[in-house]
Amino acid sequence: MLIFSVFKTLTDQEVTVELKNDLSIVGTLKSVDQFLNIKLENIRVLDEERHPHMVAVKNCFIRGSVVRYVQLPKAAVDTQLLEDATRRESSNQSKR
Amino acid sequence: MAALAQYIDKQVLIITQDGRTIVGELKGFDQTTNVILSHSVERVYSMDEGVREDELGLYVVRGDNITLIGEVDEAIDKTIDLASIRADPIAEIVH
Repeated sequence: MLIFSVFKTLTDQEVTVELKNDLSIVGTLKSVDQFLNIKLENIRVLDEERHPHMVAVKNCFIRGSVVRYVQLPKAAVDTQLLEDATRRESSNQSKR
Repeated sequence: MAALAQYIDKQVLIITQDGRTIVGELKGFDQTTNVILSHSVERVYSMDEGVREDELGLYVVRGDNITLIGEVDEAIDKTIDLASIRADPIAEIVH
């Protein structure tokens, strides 16, 4: 739930999604769901020459299970807040 | 909720986990990302020859096998000369 909440605050930011097939896609994060499926708009494939497959695609839906990394702008996340929230969540988890 | 409702009745491009590219009209989907495509076509890319399009017809693609679903901009897609594209097939997903 925590990371889902983090992504919800990041909508309309430009992110780079690296997939488990080594494809990297830059785009504006439009929405995310509980499975961390991601919707990007205005996408650009990094290393376009090797991947002309998606030239006609401007928006896409990426299945959460195939994402390796989501690269975010540094300023987009308050890491202190995130650390505190993580500590609280993990102490809640261990109490249960 | 990152739903696929936006793409219904539109041309979509599906990349599967084994690296295939399938283009078709999105007719249905569900929570596990199972997808129904009509008039689907597989685009087979290679370094030796242009893109080969294999007709598939009405297809159900199971959600487990899906990497990405892209909305095809038909205006741009019409301008692509598939016969001139040389590319390696997309790598398969390694979990």
